[in-house]
Amino acid sequence: MRVLKERERVWNVVGQRLPRVDGWAKVSGRAQYTDDLSLPGMLFGKLVRSTHAHAKLVSVRLERALQLPGVVAAITGRDVPVRYSVFPVGQDETALAVDKVRYVGEPVAALAAVDPYTAEEAARLVEVEYEPLPARMDLEEALRNPEPRIHEYGPFGNVHRLASLEFGDVEVGFAEADHVREDLFFYEGSTHAPLEPHSALAWWDPGARKLTLWTSHQGPHYLHRGLAKALGLEEHQVRVVVPAVGGGFGGKLDIFHHEVCAAKLSMLTGRPVKITLTREEVFYAHRGRHPELLRIRTGVKRDGRITAMHVEAYLDGGAYCSFGPATMLYAGTQQPVTYRIPHYRFQAVRVFTNKPPCGPKRGHGTPQARCALEVHLDKLSEELGLDPVELRLRNLTGPNELTVNWLEITSNGLRACIEKVVEASGWHERRGRLPYGRGLGFACSAYLTGAGGSIYYSDMPHSEVHLRVDRSGGVTVYTMATEIGQGSATAVATIVAEVLGLQPQDVSLVTSDTDLTPIDLGSYSSRVTLMVGNAAYEAACRVRDLLFEAVAERLQVPRSRLVARSRRIFDEANPQVGGSFAQAAQWAEARFGCLATSGSYRPPQKLGTYKGSGVGPSPAYTFSACVAEVQADPETGEVKVERVWVAHDIGRALNPVLVEGQVEGSVHMALGEALMEEQAFRKELHRGPSWLDYKVPTVYEMPEVITFLVETEEPRAPFSAKEVGQGPLLCVVPAILNAIADALKVRVDEVPATPERVLKALEEQRKGRTGRVGPTKVPPFSFPPPERVPRPQSWEEAAQPA
Amino acid sequence: MERVVRLRVNGQEHRVLVPPHRTLLEVLREDLGLVGTKHGCELGECGICTVLVDGEPALSCLLLAQELEGHEVTTVEGLATDGQLHPVQQAFVDSGALQCGYCTPAMVLVTKALLDRVPEPSGEQVREAVAGVFCRCTGYVKILEAVQAAARRLRETGRPSGCGS
Repeated sequence: MRVLKERERVWNVVGQRLPRVDGWAKVSGRAQYTDDLSLPGMLFGKLVRSTHAHAKLVSVRLERALQLPGVVAAITGRDVPVRYSVFPVGQDETALAVDKVRYVGEPVAALAAVDPYTAEEAARLVEVEYEPLPARMDLEEALRNPEPRIHEYGPFGNVHRLASLEFGDVEVGFAEADHVREDLFFYEGSTHAPLEPHSALAWWDPGARKLTLWTSHQGPHYLHRGLAKALGLEEHQVRVVVPAVGGGFGGKLDIFHHEVCAAKLSMLTGRPVKITLTREEVFYAHRGRHPELLRIRTGVKRDGRITAMHVEAYLDGGAYCSFGPATMLYAGTQQPVTYRIPHYRFQAVRVFTNKPPCGPKRGHGTPQARCALEVHLDKLSEELGLDPVELRLRNLTGPNELTVNWLEITSNGLRACIEKVVEASGWHERRGRLPYGRGLGFACSAYLTGAGGSIYYSDMPHSEVHLRVDRSGGVTVYTMATEIGQGSATAVATIVAEVLGLQPQDVSLVTSDTDLTPIDLGSYSSRVTLMVGNAAYEAACRVRDLLFEAVAERLQVPRSRLVARSRRIFDEANPQVGGSFAQAAQWAEARFGCLATSGSYRPPQKLGTYKGSGVGPSPAYTFSACVAEVQADPETGEVKVERVWVAHDIGRALNPVLVEGQVEGSVHMALGEALMEEQAFRKELHRGPSWLDYKVPTVYEMPEVITFLVETEEPRAPFSAKEVGQGPLLCVVPAILNAIADALKVRVDEVPATPERVLKALEEQRKGRTGRVGPTKVPPFSFPPPERVPRPQSWEEAAQPA
Repeated sequence: MERVVRLRVNGQEHRVLVPPHRTLLEVLREDLGLVGTKHGCELGECGICTVLVDGEPALSCLLLAQELEGHEVTTVEGLATDGQLHPVQQAFVDSGALQCGYCTPAMVLVTKALLDRVPEPSGEQVREAVAGVFCRCTGYVKILEAVQAAARRLRETGRPSGCGS
């Protein structure tokens, strides 16, 4: 990778509040989403879904459906029997259930018809015979009843994955503590609920023997691999194209049933087939937040310094693997990134249940544990008689250090973030002094700027970019970076424009097409700005080198004096000597031939060597701090979040408008998780797979958001730009819970903090018991003894007596 | 019964053969190719499919096309004229009031309807106007800013916001 030398200079476009490059298309209604596309002869597909949570699939009969006029093809699990998953270790899904169904809503058949009405009618004519099995609808039930197993793999019973790790020696750490506290916390599942339902349009070209799939997806590369496997095709026979995407948040990252089925039905009929999910079906596609029970035990010195921590996480994974192995490990990776923990034990178990599969949702696996930790620290500070902010400050990590679990922190602006929100909210003057019912809560968090490891092992780059300059001065960037609303297109265009002295809208983008664009692993783990950004930066610098060389030769100017600015390349000492960007492109094409360059990026190698060390490392971490102010009604239990102050260590904001937008959107999603959103079940059924029953915050619930962007120097990020899509969500949920505790003097140790739960905590208090609602025990489960991982040298040295 | 319906959309008249159960949303997207109007649930819950009927916001997924004869329908495609964005649209772009863009056509239309009626809306009036449309990306913060920015722009330029009606 090229070393960035762009410090200390005047920026062309970086840091400016410019409109996003896809703004015109989206605001005019011209942006094309997958369901907006149609092709000649197109058929409409429909999935038939299981009505049982757990059952043997005795038979699926298509005859009656196929007899309906207008039905062209229908398939069952026998037609698409190949198992797949994004995760190499988790190949446990098929496009349609084969012998068994594992949740209500799991697809068992698919068909294609001439119009959507016919497809829907035909779906009702498919006859499915089930032999019901007992369904396990939560963690405890699944652990207590190992038989019949939901899957035939996993260590035992319904356990899917396990982790048991120890860094240092927690017994030594707890022995050094003056005070030890333990807390339990439950974080309910929630779903992404993007406004655009999933949609896929497949077209099999029998002449070329090639499948093209247009799909609303955020990881076309992994989908490309998975589709080829599921369909028995070579990868070069599959092309995945991602049109505009109406929101993802992690919910469009898996290989989905409707994608494989649309493809298979197109291959069978020779006609394009489109399948768009209904809103109800989106709740079954899910892959959202894992319901998670957490137990945290922390030892501290009298002054609040942490001596040891033990985290246990119990994840309810739903019916399949999805991204579960990573989700589970993320429950333990980030605690040591915000706070110095000298001895750390992390144990986790992911359990199969008969519900739609859980997977990656904004913050992937870290929000549950972060929330539990920040609430726990709040209680700990109370016991120690310390201000909650002070407790955090006494344990903060700094820049350029290795955590006890071998994660390398480079830039770290957490202290500055804390100072911002504490000052702006009037924390010291107001906290604990507000009238009953009003409260302030505080929390911190950290997140990755891109996962350091790819999901399947490879030593190849994670991001690549091609860049072409034509003789009109047109610049085209080819990248698989997938725009899901987060602003990746604008970020890439801004970086290239900065290097070449152009404006972002001068840069044409060809994105997310596995035939036309080189690899990017996908829009997940907040990786795109850093990884695609670095690749784009490298490609742009390489073409700028060619342009500078040609201009220097033509105009006899020393190359070192040339700059690219205001759509010109010129002698900085003598600005009238130079040419337009287009002129420079022509000189360079005459000198070198076709102007096309590439760039690639691979994250630094991970430092830990223990099992599970692939999850957690990142080229750079972001840090956030939040103060929330709530008004809670002790009569109704209703909580209104009035104001949220968030400070986020962004490194540098390429475009502050877009960065603020990510912070504000994170607050919205955090608010939903804190107060109302529940992907919950009644018996075997989803409690409300609709917008009416699944409550998301509307404009009326949104608080005022006061955002502070803290800038730090991050040498590994392009122009120092770190992530913002996920990190700011994490601290908001616990800040709200801590504010409720300040307001009502009761603890809601369970999200969402619905009015019912708040009232229950108040009632406990009135009865003279602890004013608390939340879990009181962990499921019956013994973790295996932890793998002892040696701590980094820096920690061993710190432990030596002076 | 299936019958030919004369629909006025964005100032243009269309003749469409429509069965009784076909919604305005389906006719717009599938018969007229006006795919700028999006769908989010087709149950009248999310507001994503909002269009203007005689200048007032309406959920196109709940309207039957046969009942709309004699009414003027405005979709997002009817706002920009001669390649120029409507001031409301421009305000959304300039304020960063869109991310994935899926709710944007509906948001822009409810804003236009509000500002046609109330040129200087209070914060509460703005919230009420956009409350029927869900947004999952922005947290509404920049949408509220954009509506006020659009109001200012319309007042300053004196340009009537009524295009396509």
